[in-house]
Amino acid sequence: MTETIVIIGAGQAGAQAVISLRAEGFSGPITLIGDEAYAPYQRPPLSKAYLMGTFERARLFLKPESFYADAGCTLIVNTAVTAVDRATKTVRLSDGRALSYSKLLIATGTRVRPIPCPGAGLSGIHSLRSIADVDGLQAVFRPGKKLVVIGGGFIGLEVAAVAAKHGLDVTVFEAMERVMARAVSTPISDFFAIAHRAAGVTLITSTGVDGFEGEGAVSGVRAGGKTYPADIVLVGIGVLPNVEIAAAAGLECKNGLVVDKYCATSDPAIFAAGDCTWHQGRGHGEDEGNWMRLESVQNAIDQAKHAAASMVGKPKPYNEVPWFWSDQYDLKLQIAGLAWPGDEIVVRGEPSARKFSVFHLRGGVLAAVEAVNMPADYLVGRKLIGEHAKVSAARLADTSIPIKNVVG
Amino acid sequence: MAKITFIDPKGERRTVEAPEGWSVMEAAVKNAIPGIDADCGGACACATCHVYVDPAWAAKLPPKEEMEETILDFAQDVTKASRLSCQLKVTAVLDGLVVTTPKNQH
Ligand SMILES: Cc1cc2nc3c(=O)[nH]c(=O)nc-3n(C[C@H](O)[C@H](O)[C@H](O)COP(=O)(O)OP(=O)(O)OC[C@H]3O[C@@H](n4cnc5c(N)ncnc54)[C@H](O)[C@@H]3O)c2cc1C
Ligand code: FES
Repeated sequence: MTETIVIIGAGQAGAQAVISLRAEGFSGPITLIGDEAYAPYQRPPLSKAYLMGTFERARLFLKPESFYADAGCTLIVNTAVTAVDRATKTVRLSDGRALSYSKLLIATGTRVRPIPCPGAGLSGIHSLRSIADVDGLQAVFRPGKKLVVIGGGFIGLEVAAVAAKHGLDVTVFEAMERVMARAVSTPISDFFAIAHRAAGVTLITSTGVDGFEGEGAVSGVRAGGKTYPADIVLVGIGVLPNVEIAAAAGLECKNGLVVDKYCATSDPAIFAAGDCTWHQGRGHGEDEGNWMRLESVQNAIDQAKHAAASMVGKPKPYNEVPWFWSDQYDLKLQIAGLAWPGDEIVVRGEPSARKFSVFHLRGGVLAAVEAVNMPADYLVGRKLIGEHAKVSAARLADTSIPIKNVVG
Repeated sequence: MAKITFIDPKGERRTVEAPEGWSVMEAAVKNAIPGIDADCGGACACATCHVYVDPAWAAKLPPKEEMEETILDFAQDVTKASRLSCQLKVTAVLDGLVVTTPKNQH
């Protein structure tokens, strides 16, 4: 009997799974189901060039529409999977249909975490995850408007940078004491805080938002005992994994759908990939086996490749070095590996020159690199992290030694 | 629009129409040209969009910027003809461009 593969979630991981299943030699029918109106597209430009208006919509799509048909993949958009029935191996769709699968891939991504404050339902309060979200935001993104960004994470800061360049009057609230605190080290946070302030952004850290004011539309944001005027609010306080259908089907879910190193769930017919998974990260020594959820293009692509390999019976353990980037103004932040509290930190180069890197050593082994406008440091770092290379902190800090020659 | 021809390592040619302002990488990806993964979508973070530019065309291309030079250093089997296709902007001058895709991007 021919095997049929169904993929839930037409995003970065879903599209990659189609590509990889074919590359792995799977020849049966594939159905890719997404609840958005579009074929799979890239999200990173949404808060960068696409919001800026310098990147037309057609450029967002990962593959041309014809790709799916050519690959023997039925792409169903505007349709959600509402239930997975593991006993009969079928998925139920929001349009009433039921499809059967031999193997199922869950690649449902995440959704924006709602802000639990009074007034959160006022109009003018936006979030940013999809093309539809940017369309709504762009319509009001006019020079002189007062934009309040809630959350100094990657998306909030990327939007702040685009808005500042666009001539909006921007205020950013961050509840923690530094920006991007969950994802980057203190020197990087401090550097980006300075860059945003220099661009005219009002950045207020250690301050959570208490509520919104306005009649129908938002007109102000209450925070730290004051009210700040606002025409537009962007909430970027993180995301929640879309795992409800998996949980309802009895699959184990934590802060994501639990998968093993092979992107397999506890049901031998069901696999998962991308932002929605709770998985063990690549590790070394004591770090081996940390559980995590990653929100990145790298993880979506690499897990989809591994899930595809597992689905065709050629499992390989997922051990890739995580990598990520963020663009803010002329600053290209590129990150490889995962930093942990307690790492030894080595700064290479001068932050004031807007070109520098922060290396993280754990027991002398390179664990992570965060590079600002230093692609060579990022790429060498990524390679050395993959090799679990021991690196001398003194040599790393010495910019007279080219990064390529730091080891060896 | 500019016509760009991609030749794969086996010698098979595929010609696509590339809108001006896009990158050569985007023209490849949007036309499902095999051999260009471009995982990062042009963010200079993946080095999986390496191509070899036909010698007749090399001089017509803008010189490499520092970012491209650096990243190419990490691609496989780099030669003098190597470019990062995500950094090559399509212009009318490039109408007819011919590039070859490498055997391996990783
Ligand atoms: C604004 C923004 C900027 C970003 N910038 C970067 C960056 O610079 N670098 C980087 O590495 N990463 C970045 N990311 C993260 C990156 O885009 C994600 O990690 C990646 O898209 C994850 O892929 P995925 O396939 O797991 O999820 P998604 O791409 O989110 O796809 C999941 C899809 O499944 C759909 N879905 C969910 N439930 C169902 C259901 N029941 N039925 C049908 N469909 C369903 C969703 O609507 C969605 O379309 C950014 C994300 C955003 C939002
Ligand atoms: S597409 Fe990633 S470096 Fe060119």
